[in-house]
Amino acid sequence: MSETVRRRGLTGYILLIPAIIWLALFFLVPFYSLIATSLFNKGGSDFRGYTMVYEWSNYTDALKNYWPQLVRSLVYGGIATLLCLIIGYVLAYAIAFKAGPFKNLMLVLVIAPFFTSFLVRTLSWKLILADDGWVVNSLQFVHILGPNGHLLYTPFAVVMGLTYNFLPFMVLPLFASIDKIDYRLIEAANDLYANPIIGFWKVTWPLSLPGVISGTLLTFIPAVGDYINDQLLGSTRTRMIGNTIQSLFTQANDYPAAAALSVMLMVLIVAMVLVYVKRAGTEDLL
Amino acid sequence: MSHLAETETASPSDGETPTGGLELRELTKEFGAFTAVDRLDLDVPSGSFFALLGPSGCGKTTTLRMVAGLETPTSGTIRLGGKDITYEKPYRRPVNTVFQNYALFPHLDIFENVAFGPRRRRADGVDAEVHRMLELVELTSQTRKRPAQLSGGQQQRVALARALINKPELLLLDEPLGALDLKLRRQMQIELKRIQTEVGITFIHVTHDQEEAMTMADTIAVMNAGVIEQMGAPDELYENPRTTFVANFLGQSNLIEGTIASQGAEMTTVDMHGITVSVLRGRAHTESGQGWVGIRPEKVLIGDVGEALDAPGNTIPGGVVTDVSFVGVSTQYLVKMPWGQELQVFEQNTGRRRLFRVGDQVELSWRPEYAFLLDHEQDASAGAQLDDE
Amino acid sequence: MRWFRSHLVLLLGILVLVYTFIPIFIVILMSFNKLPSEQSKIYKFNAFTLDNWLHPCADPSMCTALRLSVEIGFLATLGATVLGTLAAFALVRHDFHGRSTTNVLIFLPMAAPEIVMGSSLLALFVASGFAGQLGFWTILIAHIMFCLSFVVVTVRSRLAGLSDTLEQAAADLYANPSQTFWRVTFPLVLPGIAAAAMLSFSLSFDDFIITNLNAGNRTTFPMYVWGVSRKTIPMQINVVGTLMLVISVLIVVSGELRTRARRRALAR
Repeated sequence: MSETVRRRGLTGYILLIPAIIWLALFFLVPFYSLIATSLFNKGGSDFRGYTMVYEWSNYTDALKNYWPQLVRSLVYGGIATLLCLIIGYVLAYAIAFKAGPFKNLMLVLVIAPFFTSFLVRTLSWKLILADDGWVVNSLQFVHILGPNGHLLYTPFAVVMGLTYNFLPFMVLPLFASIDKIDYRLIEAANDLYANPIIGFWKVTWPLSLPGVISGTLLTFIPAVGDYINDQLLGSTRTRMIGNTIQSLFTQANDYPAAAALSVMLMVLIVAMVLVYVKRAGTEDLL
Repeated sequence: MSHLAETETASPSDGETPTGGLELRELTKEFGAFTAVDRLDLDVPSGSFFALLGPSGCGKTTTLRMVAGLETPTSGTIRLGGKDITYEKPYRRPVNTVFQNYALFPHLDIFENVAFGPRRRRADGVDAEVHRMLELVELTSQTRKRPAQLSGGQQQRVALARALINKPELLLLDEPLGALDLKLRRQMQIELKRIQTEVGITFIHVTHDQEEAMTMADTIAVMNAGVIEQMGAPDELYENPRTTFVANFLGQSNLIEGTIASQGAEMTTVDMHGITVSVLRGRAHTESGQGWVGIRPEKVLIGDVGEALDAPGNTIPGGVVTDVSFVGVSTQYLVKMPWGQELQVFEQNTGRRRLFRVGDQVELSWRPEYAFLLDHEQDASAGAQLDDE
Repeated sequence: MRWFRSHLVLLLGILVLVYTFIPIFIVILMSFNKLPSEQSKIYKFNAFTLDNWLHPCADPSMCTALRLSVEIGFLATLGATVLGTLAAFALVRHDFHGRSTTNVLIFLPMAAPEIVMGSSLLALFVASGFAGQLGFWTILIAHIMFCLSFVVVTVRSRLAGLSDTLEQAAADLYANPSQTFWRVTFPLVLPGIAAAAMLSFSLSFDDFIITNLNAGNRTTFPMYVWGVSRKTIPMQINVVGTLMLVISVLIVVSGELRTRARRRALAR
């Protein structure tokens, strides 16, 4: 018998309680505080204190003022996720099936670049996409970009940054899923007259769906809330919701508005995830 | 229902079950609504090589684990050498186990694996003992390797050494040869037997492989659905099975329906589809009414119609050969009898007799002393395995 | 041409790998960069110099921030690893009510957007009256919180892969429960705990969004980079970036080499 028999009794609870308390206290309870804060009066501050007045207008005002940032975040996040999916799938497939003895090496190489600081490597993109850089010059040469065209401080740069930084979050779950596929299934498909494209669509893709779903979720959710890429590579016209929330907290000191935006972002993401997961039909992502 | 452990041969010379052996009384294990082991009674004589044989799910591994202390019985007692160890923790029992997949500690080398038991008991002279054990199992050159670097056969020997070094009163082996290929398995069967004889410890070997049990064991207990069907020396069980399960599980049997006609002092006569056959009284395990006449295929003689066969007694005419399999050592025939049943006949290819072909008309016969009679209430297909190992 | 087609996927894969490494090369390159002037804001390679490596703390506030990040990293790793390992043992080896709720609670912090987690923690601290005390402890609390889940998942997966037959074998060989744990279970889970600790440290060290909202007037390394990103960027940040990369790669490579060396030595 190699199945683990679980012991009943108090020990289990004792081992679990510290972690649960920590998470409950510093993950769950804060949500309550967040919602509460979003309903505080507008005139308060952390000096004078706030009063709970169930100010629902915080939400409507925030939405009215900042809906462009919200929409922009969803769009940038969505595009970045899609790009990550395409690039990441190619990479994961290559490592799983085509790497042979170098599989582990390639996996390490995928993760290695991300051992350095998020901010520092995002700054590198500033150099890569600079106006007098190699990339811009080549694109101008083939007339994709106009003579005064630039890449930095455009939505393109922000999406590029997002795609780059969240690639591992897509590749690793994808790889885990694709690697599990028995290659002989693809061979069987070929034996049964399927060309490579149909073979991919009918066999590989459906079997890799769990990885696709967890990969897209693990990429989209953080990407929507990210604002580092936007701040470093974008301009005032590319501001994302994360940046707005952050500056409302730290600069404008408008806690209720910031909290309201945060809550709305959360609700939006949860709703989208639920719809997505339901449509994809996979219950078990854990 | 449980059968008290019986042996056909006389009890050991001193007339009593030797002290120091394993005694199981009314041992029961239930998992919820499922009873894995049902009021089992068993006596294992000390110093013997004992096999617990049965199909998957019969409860043999559960019984072993209860003896090892890895499973707690629902009820019943386990006594070893007179001492009640039913609820003792495994690390307090003088019992060691060789696990099915060896369970060698992957993070320790071979030396430390074998030394594990003695070190926990704070024994002296551990190093010397370990070397002695490794010599016994012929692995002295591998002491510093990790289990993952050894072959299956070598791992098995390490597991054996690791258990034996503690000089337990009882060594339990849970299908230890299952993961080895055929040739290696045969080799290890001989090895284990040799070691047991040399060391003198009681071995209890759990297996579903009847050939393995018959090769290695002094005594076999055949287990089915939580109870022991029959216990005894391999040849007793094979030649004189008492239940249809044992008849079918060990080797193969032909079981033919019949009604008891009369009971003589020495023989019981049975009317078998109109043909009268006799069975020795001692080999008839049912008294009256209907029964299963059992005869092993290798004991059945096949001949042309009217041919004089060396089997005075039970002659059954009217057979037609329906299948012939040439297996090298023997030829296996399927013969369809007038009452519709196909009987198996194995004939050794001595070269002195001709080979029959499909469609040939034949007569079968056998010597009455090889036949046995079983209770009709039992299922004639019990124990028959679809695929021989 | 045919070789090209049949290896298309592999080539594309390698191309993607190259793409992921380009910014890294730039980080390494820029660590040797000499800015044209003290106040230059242009982020571009100008001239080669070893100065940045020789004087890494030319801007002392960078090194202060670095020290804080390392401190928090170690302490958060300690906290998260201990709490997370205990929880992992509970999840794999023990039976209790509310198992699926626990699993969801563990999973959520890994999936929630950082800005939301950071905002809600800030809201909690302010609402509890700690608005004026944001700093070391609030950062630490936040870091332990978001590292916990990763530790649990990592250790749990390692622990679940250990068949408990080994522990049964230890008991069979006269080891009492305490000996079984320390001599068999713990050594076998240790690689998982080590991996979780390393993961935890990197998550903590590199965190910006949550930290930024809850740091008060303290500055961690990522916050420092954020701060200078609109001003003159000292090239020393690339020194730090390169060092991080080198150290991580060394750890991974040395682990792999040690395993191979051991294997080779014993195969002789």
